[in-house]
Amino acid sequence: MVKKYFFQLIFLYLFFSKEVFAAESGGMPQLDPEFWVSQIFWLTLVFGTLYIVLSKLILPKISANLELRKSQIQENIEAADKQRKDSELKLKEYDDIILKSKLESKNLFNETREKTLKNINIKKDSLEKQIDEEIKKAETEIEQLRKSAPEKINKIAIETSSEILKNLIGTEINNSSISAIVDDLYRKNGGKYYGN
Amino acid sequence: MAANPMTQFEVYRIGPEIKIGTFDISFTNASLFMVVSSLAILVIFNLGAKKNSLLPNKIQLLAELSYTFVSKMISDTAGSKAKPYFAFIFSLFMFVLFCNMFGMIPYTFTVTSHIIVTFVLAAFIFIGVTIIGFIKHGFGYLKLFVPSGVPIVLLPLIVVIEIISYLSRPISLSVRLFANMMAGHTMMKVFGGFVISLGIVGGWLPLTFSVALTGLEILVAFLQAYVFAILTCIYLNDALNLHH
Repeated sequence: MVKKYFFQLIFLYLFFSKEVFAAESGGMPQLDPEFWVSQIFWLTLVFGTLYIVLSKLILPKISANLELRKSQIQENIEAADKQRKDSELKLKEYDDIILKSKLESKNLFNETREKTLKNINIKKDSLEKQIDEEIKKAETEIEQLRKSAPEKINKIAIETSSEILKNLIGTEINNSSISAIVDDLYRKNGGKYYGN
Repeated sequence: MAANPMTQFEVYRIGPEIKIGTFDISFTNASLFMVVSSLAILVIFNLGAKKNSLLPNKIQLLAELSYTFVSKMISDTAGSKAKPYFAFIFSLFMFVLFCNMFGMIPYTFTVTSHIIVTFVLAAFIFIGVTIIGFIKHGFGYLKLFVPSGVPIVLLPLIVVIEIISYLSRPISLSVRLFANMMAGHTMMKVFGGFVISLGIVGGWLPLTFSVALTGLEILVAFLQAYVFAILTCIYLNDALNLHH
């Protein structure tokens, strides 16, 4: 009898313990230590491998790539800077050249202007001289003509008067008497008829 | 489909049972997703590092942006002395990020939703940081627990608090990640279950929530990986540059 009860108790215990276990596994599986060792083992293995591969193989490569890019960009920037400076220098040179040539052209212009002005003046002077001479010549000629004019006029007057008198009177009249009259008239009114 | 929302966290064996002594180290679904995440990281970053063109293509840009992102994060929080630990923090960040992100694909397993995984990572960081601290500063590292400028009267209390906060670092670090991932995935599962049980008539509201939650969870997946990495950097900073 005692034996029978004993077995029944054990059976009940097992049954309930199983129930309890089932309830617990329905709780948090995280707290079930069945696979803890397995998880620790695989975590160590996997994470260790990951760390070693990353640190020895992959990360140095990425770091080198980044460094390389950085230095390359730096180099490019420096080169661009240098070229910029060069071009600035060239621009300055070019500006200088333009300024110089502008000055030169100005000088050249002024020089030629002066030269031509001088030439023009010289020619003008010579022309003026020529003109003056011509004028003087003409004036002397005119003076001569003017000087000789009264005599000629007197002569013509005498001749025409004698001719007119001859036609009027019909007789020859002494030229000397006519010329005396003309001379007398000329002396009286000469200024009136011949200008001056 | 209206199954227990916690069944998604169950670990089961894939393939044969492997035992070393009394320890069961069988390959499980958790192990599978650790391997998948790591392989994804390696493939992406290997492709990104392979070819170096002055104008990077998309995958190279991704790899280089991640590199500079983590590098900047480390130099901002832990300074230049933390450079030798860059590879570790980079792997840590990428591993947690990819595990979180793979968990967002339906029917996958979220590796980081298991306390044991996050705790092993956090404990490793804690022990490593403590060792680095003692190597760099000797017993002077204990000055970390004695902040300067504290009145003598308060000092015993402060030291006790500092020690407790230092010792609780691995727990807070691991529980933060684990709880975030577990809570998020459970919520998504619960709302998904509501969609099925309410059917075509009333299921639209939980469906909308489910869509919104997916977006939120993707944000959380990134954020928690970032927080995990940046806290590691901060702990490392304490060990490398003793400021107290």
